[in-house]
Amino acid sequence: MTADRIDELRAEATAAAEAAPDTAALEELRVRYLGRKAELPNLLRGVAELPPEQRGVVGKAANQARQALEALIEHRAAQLAAGELDARLAGDRVDVTLPGAPPQPVGSLHLMTAVRREIEDVFCGLGFAVVEGPEVELVHYNFDALNHAPAHPARSRSDTFYVATAQRPADPGDQVVLRTHTSPMQIRSMEAQPPPIQLIVPGRVYRPDSDATHTPQFHQVEGLAVDEDITLADLKGTLLAFARAIFGDERDVRLRPHYFPFTEPSVEVDVSCFMCAGTGVLPRTGVRCNLCKGTGWLEILGSGMVDPNVLAGIEAHDYDPERWQGYAFGMGIERIAMLKHGVPDLRLFYDNDLRFLEQFG
Amino acid sequence: MRLVLEWLHDYVRPDLETRELAARLAMTGTEVDRVEHHGVAALEHFVVGRVLEAGRHPDADRLWVCTVDVGDGAPSTIVCGAPNVAAGQTVAVARPGAIMPDGTRLKAAKLRGIRSEGMILAEDEVAIGTEHAGIMVLDGLPGGAEIAPGAPLAQLLPIATEVLELEVTPNRPDCLAVYGVAREVHAATGAPLGPPPWEHDPHPAGDAIAGVRIDVEVGDLCPRFTARAFEDVTIGPSPWWLKARLLAAGQRPINTVVDITNYVMLLTGQPLHAFDLDRVAGAHLVVRRAGDGERMTTLDDVERVLDEDVVLIADDEGPTSIAGVMGGARSEVHDGTTRVLIEAATWDGPNINRTSARLGLRSEASARFEKGLAPEQALEAQAVASRLMTELCGATPLAGTIDAGGAGPAPAVVRLRDARLAALLGAPIARERSAEILGALGFGVAQAADGLDVSVPPFRRTDVTREADVIEEVARIEGFEGLPATVQENRTGRPGQLTAAQRLRRRAEDVLVGRGLREVVGWSFAGEALLDRLRLPAGHRLRAVVRVENPMSEAQAILRPTILGSLLDSAAHNAARGMGDLALFESGAVYNPDGDGPLPAEHHALAAVLRGALQPASWAAGSPPQAGFFAAKALVEAVFGALRVPLAVAPPEDPAAWPFLHPGRAAAVLAGGEPIGFAGEVHPLVVAAWDLGDQPVAAFALDLGRLVARAPETAGYADLTSFPAVRQDLAVVVPDDVPAARVVEIVGAHASSVHVFDVYRGAQLGEGRTSLALHCEFSARDRTLTDEDVAKVREKIVAQLAGIGGELRA
Repeated sequence: MTADRIDELRAEATAAAEAAPDTAALEELRVRYLGRKAELPNLLRGVAELPPEQRGVVGKAANQARQALEALIEHRAAQLAAGELDARLAGDRVDVTLPGAPPQPVGSLHLMTAVRREIEDVFCGLGFAVVEGPEVELVHYNFDALNHAPAHPARSRSDTFYVATAQRPADPGDQVVLRTHTSPMQIRSMEAQPPPIQLIVPGRVYRPDSDATHTPQFHQVEGLAVDEDITLADLKGTLLAFARAIFGDERDVRLRPHYFPFTEPSVEVDVSCFMCAGTGVLPRTGVRCNLCKGTGWLEILGSGMVDPNVLAGIEAHDYDPERWQGYAFGMGIERIAMLKHGVPDLRLFYDNDLRFLEQFG
Repeated sequence: MRLVLEWLHDYVRPDLETRELAARLAMTGTEVDRVEHHGVAALEHFVVGRVLEAGRHPDADRLWVCTVDVGDGAPSTIVCGAPNVAAGQTVAVARPGAIMPDGTRLKAAKLRGIRSEGMILAEDEVAIGTEHAGIMVLDGLPGGAEIAPGAPLAQLLPIATEVLELEVTPNRPDCLAVYGVAREVHAATGAPLGPPPWEHDPHPAGDAIAGVRIDVEVGDLCPRFTARAFEDVTIGPSPWWLKARLLAAGQRPINTVVDITNYVMLLTGQPLHAFDLDRVAGAHLVVRRAGDGERMTTLDDVERVLDEDVVLIADDEGPTSIAGVMGGARSEVHDGTTRVLIEAATWDGPNINRTSARLGLRSEASARFEKGLAPEQALEAQAVASRLMTELCGATPLAGTIDAGGAGPAPAVVRLRDARLAALLGAPIARERSAEILGALGFGVAQAADGLDVSVPPFRRTDVTREADVIEEVARIEGFEGLPATVQENRTGRPGQLTAAQRLRRRAEDVLVGRGLREVVGWSFAGEALLDRLRLPAGHRLRAVVRVENPMSEAQAILRPTILGSLLDSAAHNAARGMGDLALFESGAVYNPDGDGPLPAEHHALAAVLRGALQPASWAAGSPPQAGFFAAKALVEAVFGALRVPLAVAPPEDPAAWPFLHPGRAAAVLAGGEPIGFAGEVHPLVVAAWDLGDQPVAAFALDLGRLVARAPETAGYADLTSFPAVRQDLAVVVPDDVPAARVVEIVGAHASSVHVFDVYRGAQLGEGRTSLALHCEFSARDRTLTDEDVAKVREKIVAQLAGIGGELRA
């Protein structure tokens, strides 16, 4: 009789649990069949009062039934909960096409800074240190020590900004100028450390000039490498690596003889035009390439082998030009940026118009 | 330098297209800015004609109707307006289809009813002269009378040439001359070079000129002074071939004598000056320094005040020329001149440079002299001038040449070592090839054990003095195409990397970028007006500025003493264009005159301005936060946090420190107790001065160099996990005038971290009292604190808060 009742309860509860429509109904069932006042737990509690020969059988059957029901309800509860969650989430829709919130505006580096960093990183990779120096500089460092003749036209007041000083210095080399190039740091760096040396000098420079390709302030990166056996071929290789890093792996460079007071031999360096692949003609249209003006080459910098007079003039360390030699170069950051990013007018760099700034960095 | 190709071809004629020649020159060191066509085009339409008949035009008084034999069957009818046209003349004719120097194409046209099939040409119409009064009559030209009608005009007259605009580097004054460039072209192309035009000097010998005296008092500033004299000089227009070359080279023809001096200068690189000998007082020239304040009127009719640095050529009545720069009007040659003294001298380059800069007077002559000419060039030029004076002016040379100073020092001999050349370039060049190149450039070469002994020619004396200079000569002509591309080994013992300071500076910039700020790059220059717009009173430390002596404009006359001005400029630029919500920063130098040594001080500043909404408006929230003091301060906190420098912000010690800031919303930013900048709202009057409207503009500016110097290069580990902190919130009520920082300081002395998360003022606190809500963490290094531990700490905090009139809120 009791055993039958147990089977009956078990079957009834199983069927009910399987039919329960939701977790609330299931909880009701759990209370009804397994709660404190329910029949099955009561049966279990009453086992002790049964005749000894029935205790084992009934106890076991009731216990099994309870465990099975508990497992079933638990399983069924999980099933129902999952379904209910699915249904709830399905109803909880947002318009995913709205903008993210709260907004996370990201700013930008100025194009000049972005390109300066790019150049710095390339030369760091090539083993160059990065040093910086004063923008307001002595004539000695800006011209004299860089082998500029006393009458070199670059010294003229139409080519160089002079800084007012309390008295006119006795030594013309002590006149103060806004540096016209980053080259003075060649001298200061060599004074500060013995060879071998290899470094670049990014920085702001000044010349009295103003049009679409000149502003009275602009930025340069100087390079200097001095050792016992650095050659013009090393300059070519280093700048080829640089040109490829900045303008693409397909680029080539060529050296063109030129004149700078502080290098000998002096060369200007051209990189093959990335717009027309150095052909001077645009590939699809066959039109003359506007970037390189049809020449296939873009001038990017001036350079050369450090002039022996420059080395010999360094007093602090032994830069004997018979033993030490090397190269120097100087490039305009804005020029590199203009070429690479197609900026047509240098003055855009200094307008700081947001519509310009937002495009880069 | 305008190189007239037709002229160059007198001395060298490479078998190259003009563009190829230009490219070759560019690749050997002479940049070609552009290639120009000078004169006419469609040369087949320019022919020699013979005027068969010339009759009056029936309907126009000043026109002639000419029948002209132009060589092809029936004669052409050409209407001509020149008064000198006449039957029998050999003339220059442009036929329909001809392209004139200004680019227009000539067409047959009716002139007062008569169809004209071309035109009879005046010299200005083919750009070989400036005369327009009459047509060119060619009978006088050598062979002009016999030449058959229809012959190409270009055979007789240089009516078309290419001109290369060369950019000659300042070390090569020898290339400011046709023959000098011819030598370069010869070396660069291998085309044979003709003998120099001064090879034969026709002038009668002698070392004095009867009746003429020259005294050079300043031999150091005038290394050589030569003079020659001519009589029976007929002054008139120069022949077409000469005028054509001058015009193509960019010089206006004047008269034979002046044209000869210009022509010789363009050919040899040596400027000359012609005096009317009869107007040289006492036939005596003295080269001397000017007296201080001495005056003279130059050829351009300007009276110049001179000083002792200026060298003069004077006669017995006073100055006649500013040496090397410009002549004077008094002894100028004129139409009636019959006796001419021609001077060719060498001047000290730096002195000429200073003089022409000081007087603001630049001429073709000064541009050459200031680069330093060789004394030898003086007599070369005299030789060419003598020949032309005889040929073109019918002049009779007076015997003798006055030569004060003579030739320059003996040319240097430089040893070119094969090994050194290879070591500098990174690839060898055969000795024979070096010798060939140097020979073509005019150097002497002799074999030596380890290379060549190279004799420098006088015209390269100042430029080539050392082995490296000779190597450059060889290398530039040989070209760099074959040079390998190698990269040297880094033997400095250090990797290539940014310094810690450079990395930290990038970090600081990147923090601001990551928070939505846009970097700007402003001008280092500013105008004096900036100081007023920033409300800096007289004597304020920022009023001491670095000044530019020769600024391009008043707006660029000083170097910025603060970076705030250029940021406000950028803000104003954008606000004026409808972009008023701004978050801009700049990272760059600022300047003040108080440097340690001879130079002003510069420091690297990092600064920002904020205006308007700090974020775009969002559909998910109310209106976005606006710029204000705390927005600027939060950015300072972010930068300090990223650099791991403890930040302190305090009211300014000196209330007048930043007159451009809102006095109640300005704070000093301190790192390690040292003030390194400010954060604040910009003073409303300053905001107005930049036309930025009436909403708050917030800003900060830091001395980034000093901040970075305080940043730890390496972060050390602290154990914060083994003994977790106890977190408690405290509400502290203090009098209003106690700064939050004081409360944080007291609590922070006992807590491992304190953060103010709420500020409350209200009636239930009582008048004049503020409640600060603090998140606190309490911890110990050696154990986890118990509630009792924390309770004891709170007691201590309460006791100390009482000292500032504070208490914990119940």
